Amino acid sequence: MSGGVDSAVAAARAVAAGHDVVGVHLALSETPAALRTGSRGCCSREDAADARRAADVLGIPFYVWDFAARFTDDVVDDFVAAYAQGETPNPCLRCNEKIKFSALLDRALALGFDAVCTGHYAQLHQGVLRRAVDAGKDQSYVLAVLTAEQLRHAMFPLGDTVKPEVRAEAAARGLRVADKPDSHDICFIPSGDTRGFLAARLGARPGAVVDAGSGEVLAHHDGVHGFTVGQRRGLGLGRPAADGRPRYVLGIEPVSGTVRVGPAEALDVRTVSARDAVWSAGFAPSEPVVCTVQVRAHGGLAPATAFVDGGDLRVELDEPLRGVAPGQAVALYRPDPVGDVVLGSATITAAR
Amino acid sequence: MAEPGTTYLDHAATTPMLPEAVAVMAEALTRTGNASSLHSAGRRSRRLVEESRERIAAAVGARPSEVVLTTGGTESDNLAVKGLYWARRAADPRRTRVLVSEIEHHAVLESAEWLAEHEGAEVVALPVDRHGRVQPATLRAALADAPDRAALVSVMWANNEVGTVNPVRELAAVAHEHGVPLHTDAVQAVGILPVDFAASEVDALTLTGHKLGGPYGAGALLLRREATLTALLHGGGQERDVRSGTLDTPAIVALATAVEIAVADAPRRAAMLAGLRDDLVGKVLATVPDARLNGDPGTGTIDGGPARLPGNAHLSFPGCEGDSLLMLLDAHGIECSTGSACTAGVAQPSHVLLAMGSDEATARGSLRFSLGHTSTSDDVDAVAAVIGPVVERARRAGQPQAVR
Repeated sequence: MSGGVDSAVAAARAVAAGHDVVGVHLALSETPAALRTGSRGCCSREDAADARRAADVLGIPFYVWDFAARFTDDVVDDFVAAYAQGETPNPCLRCNEKIKFSALLDRALALGFDAVCTGHYAQLHQGVLRRAVDAGKDQSYVLAVLTAEQLRHAMFPLGDTVKPEVRAEAAARGLRVADKPDSHDICFIPSGDTRGFLAARLGARPGAVVDAGSGEVLAHHDGVHGFTVGQRRGLGLGRPAADGRPRYVLGIEPVSGTVRVGPAEALDVRTVSARDAVWSAGFAPSEPVVCTVQVRAHGGLAPATAFVDGGDLRVELDEPLRGVAPGQAVALYRPDPVGDVVLGSATITAAR
Repeated sequence: MAEPGTTYLDHAATTPMLPEAVAVMAEALTRTGNASSLHSAGRRSRRLVEESRERIAAAVGARPSEVVLTTGGTESDNLAVKGLYWARRAADPRRTRVLVSEIEHHAVLESAEWLAEHEGAEVVALPVDRHGRVQPATLRAALADAPDRAALVSVMWANNEVGTVNPVRELAAVAHEHGVPLHTDAVQAVGILPVDFAASEVDALTLTGHKLGGPYGAGALLLRREATLTALLHGGGQERDVRSGTLDTPAIVALATAVEIAVADAPRRAAMLAGLRDDLVGKVLATVPDARLNGDPGTGTIDGGPARLPGNAHLSFPGCEGDSLLMLLDAHGIECSTGSACTAGVAQPSHVLLAMGSDEATARGSLRFSLGHTSTSDDVDAVAAVIGPVVERARRAGQPQAVR
């Protein structure tokens, strides 16, 4: 229970369904002082108090579990390391994979619980994970990384409901968080200044911004962590391109620190390579998978065929996608009118 | 009283109010009268307050004028530590050293830290032995360092976590060798240990109502007549000008009633609780052989009283997270505590156990069962019945923070 409306209503629904529910708030900030600041994330004292208050209203026990050290190791350090490698990580996905449905789930199972129930927007029935009914809120992309075993012990009671109805239900149940604003951004960067956060941890690692076509050095930068594939703004280019068209980050070379930029159409990719594939069904498909892929948290969908090679994937897109960044996940879906079914997920290593 | 179906073993956090205290408080709540007013309602209130003050004084070996009524432990500790510091420093600006034991309650520790951060104090931590006790030789050595610079000493009478009793009378004598005042937080001691303010020769002593069967929000700082102390709260000049604020007559009457009854009944109750406690510890150790009792072993005496709080059983369970134990016991209706403070709901490894030489994992895997006046052998049996499976399960859940 983060202290937000979604997890409060998820808990309420679990209680209403007759489960024996205990509320748990995750303390994820390493320094206790940091618990008192931060309005954007879900780790402030106020958020913990909101979660506790919701648990009180629901009449369930409530505990704060301290996973700060694990979170720092598995999510924050991973986030920083990925940027240092020129990748664009998704920390929410990593948190689901390593904390909520790993460290937390393991402890819960050991203590005698059967499942972890969260306020994520996704449908899950009999091990089949689908997109949420509320397309705008759908979080199946950051849950696609869960294994079949993890999904067996997960509950997402909000998948069949749209957000406004969740808020209305919270109000009807007397949960004071009903009109609490949605949390955005990255919970462990309450300032919202990701670039500053990374710079403080990685220091200056100067490199060049070069034209992908001509090889000409266009500018110098303080570190590849300031760049994401597909980025257009803040490239530090003093003058427009010769043809006057906007330029985008096409690729990042972490060792040399070289950032390649070029025109929009050069962003188009047709083949995506990925590692560490996870299959929701519990086993890898034996045939190439005809599916729809999603390559970032919002948007980035295309029909494709995925070829499995051990733990690796090669995804051939039927139509080109832009802004495919290494470090992001490629999630595979089987289109379905009830809600697209999640087939699996892997971490993008390259796109061309 | 505990809720039906639950076993309340957290009396050191707060203990049920005595029915007699509830009765006098309820009666007093129906009457109006500011004890500072001159009319008859005020005089009636004033009389109740002063009679209560006299009763409290008589019960704990103080003079009525030495009873400064407060809202309880935290206020009394703040008043003693900050007030004595300011007064001592005002008399001699060299006196900036605040000597506090490492096992103090946060009300003392944080007050001392605040003085260090804002008022130029130097905090001198007095180490404890493996039982959590401040040895007089430790204090003597710490004072010998710079006796002219010592502002005050604060050592608690009995520790709230592990129950170890300190040789407060001896410590006060050591402090007085150098003319330094000693404050003692005795919230866990009054009403169960033989606490005699005059005989102890301490200069200031904290007590609070809700730990001994009185109401929340009512307590006292016993302050020797000779002691000077700078006020924290300014206003109408109540309580020797040391603690302004309208007196809470109903709570004070109930406090006096509870103190009187608890102190009078202490010898009987101490023996009863020690018996239950030893039974509890014995049964837990029989079920979980590698569990360990923290603090004084509970066999000796200090100044005629037990060397360990009779109702305190503080145990470490290797390989367990205190949080997990608490939750699993709570699920069985057993209400206890880790005894240590939490930050934003996150249990912190006990500073008391760390000071006693525990490693962090042990400190995190500890529980405090504290018995009180409503405890029975049924409570002990309830713990004995579930502690085995609870520890086994908590062990499986492990210590997530211990991986680093």
